[in-house]
Amino acid sequence: MNTFHVMKRILIQFKRDKRSVALMVVAPLLVLSLMWMVLDHDDSKLELGAVDVPETMLEQLSSDTLDIETLSSSKAEGKLEEGTLDAVLYFENKEMSLLLEGSNPNAAGAIQKELQSLREDQQNMVDVEYYHGSEDLGLFDYVGPVLIGFFVFFFVFIVGGVSFLRERTQGTLERLLATPIRRSEIVFGYLAGFGLFTIVQSLIIALFSIYILEVFMDGNFLYVLIVTILLALAALSLGTLVSAFAKNEFQMIQFIPIIIVPQVFFSGLFPTEGLGTWVQIIGDIMPLTHGAEAMRGIMLRDASFADIQWEIYILLGFTALFTTLNIFALKKHRRL
Amino acid sequence: MNSMVEMQNVIHRYSKNTIIDKVNLSIQSGEIFGLLGPSGAGKTTLVKLIAGILKPTEGTISLKGTALRHLAQMKNYGFMAQSDALYQELTAWENLDFFASIYNLSRKRRKERIRDVLEMVDLSSFKDQPVETFSGGMKRRLSLAAALVHEPELIILDEPTVGIDPVLRRSIWEELYELKEKGVTIIVTTHVMDEAEKCDRLALIKSGKVIALDTPQKLKEKVNVTSMEEVFLHYGGETK
Ligand SMILES: Nc1ncnc2c1ncn2[C@@H]1O[C@H](COP(=O)(O)OP(=O)(O)OP(=O)(O)O)[C@@H](O)[C@H]1O
Ligand SMILES: [Mg+2]
Repeated sequence: MNTFHVMKRILIQFKRDKRSVALMVVAPLLVLSLMWMVLDHDDSKLELGAVDVPETMLEQLSSDTLDIETLSSSKAEGKLEEGTLDAVLYFENKEMSLLLEGSNPNAAGAIQKELQSLREDQQNMVDVEYYHGSEDLGLFDYVGPVLIGFFVFFFVFIVGGVSFLRERTQGTLERLLATPIRRSEIVFGYLAGFGLFTIVQSLIIALFSIYILEVFMDGNFLYVLIVTILLALAALSLGTLVSAFAKNEFQMIQFIPIIIVPQVFFSGLFPTEGLGTWVQIIGDIMPLTHGAEAMRGIMLRDASFADIQWEIYILLGFTALFTTLNIFALKKHRRL
Repeated sequence: MNSMVEMQNVIHRYSKNTIIDKVNLSIQSGEIFGLLGPSGAGKTTLVKLIAGILKPTEGTISLKGTALRHLAQMKNYGFMAQSDALYQELTAWENLDFFASIYNLSRKRRKERIRDVLEMVDLSSFKDQPVETFSGGMKRRLSLAAALVHEPELIILDEPTVGIDPVLRRSIWEELYELKEKGVTIIVTTHVMDEAEKCDRLALIKSGKVIALDTPQKLKEKVNVTSMEEVFLHYGGETK
């Protein structure tokens, strides 16, 4: 019952503190939109120089992503130097060679991919189909699911942690502990209040990403929602737990590079498959790794519940663990 | 009269520093019991021990004859901390409603009680204003109201009248006397001498020890002075 009262109070506080609400909802939308602009709208053409390349070959090469310019060897080198060309294709003694500008790995990769078609003989052209995703799956589609999870995690961690910290610094926690409330009721009240709020938050962020930014989505929307809410609860319980080790808001912010940033590295934005087992173990003890894995599974690979159930159990496990520790940590303030 | 609070050989330490040193106190039901002492003497620590927020390093504390061990016992008292513990974004009414709800008062009873205590501390006309817009004295009065809202048998007030003007202070003391008439026990810490005189009994605290305990009248007679101020100086002030 007291859990309900604490929850109600937190929701009223949300209602009053419009700015924090905006931070938790609008900020993720804003940053996601910016990422989308940067990652999804790469319309610029690749600049390819061609030196002594026969006309027939150039025709074969021409596509709407390549901007081919025929020029002399010396001029080509000059342009590479300036950086106005991404690569130069040479044709000497019936041999083709490619000189990449090389400072931008994305452009280098893209050019090589484009030139694949030259290498493959017309006869044994492989018919390519996509098992998951689609031909125009961009970088944003790949990182989108992770980002949705990350932003929910990040902002709930901060706002949840700071509100619990303020409860301590403004003395209301002590005041509350001079009433017959149970320590667990306080902690569960926080989970319930923030839980309700994050349902709305997750819904808005996920809907916005999928229907407005059109990030690739092949799976069940309900699962997306479940995973983001579980991520949010893990973030809240972790945030309130570490807030016990902070004296003020500034010290709370200091946990971002220690607790949040490393999770980003392991969340699948960068590939970790090939890394040593111990690196993978570090990743496994982070909630965001599991949340991101599940999100990508659902959105890119249409994962069924059975496919993501372990990630869900692990996230629930994290929340249970942090919550228990939290209830225990409150013993510092009152033994009962 | 039976005793409300019993403290036996209570010692409290923060790391190595002994803050409360072998205190024995027996506070009777229905009395106004004052704790007077210089800053840093340990008054706040002592009332937090009684409120069950702090656990004594040694010794026992019991409430109405039962050792402080159960959550349910916390229903019996109301605590007003030295620094206001209020939710700044919430209105006066919402703050009181939140604290009252934890004591399982029915909705109707809660409404009545909140109205009563707001009236008592003279904040009725500010009930829908968020606490962050309150002055220091208003916050103090709201904290007092929060300690009284569930009609506890024991009220623990840590410097309740700091920042409150003399007129309002008098009216608050009148309310406290009224509560006493109803049989409520009141423990109050104070720096204010004329407030100390209003207590039934008074304990002088210095360096975590009870150095004198009696009615204000007897305390004055014992050291042969006419004002509480002089008693205070006699026991504490001048040895510093
Ligand atoms: N959390 C704490 N950790 C360590 N020492 C503390 C802590 N709280 C209080 N003390 C010490 O305990 C002593 C008594 O403090 P207390 O707050 O009980 O004094 P007080 O009599 O209420 O003073 P005042 O009249 O100024 O409020 C002080 O010396 C203080 O430094
Ligand atoms: Mg004090």
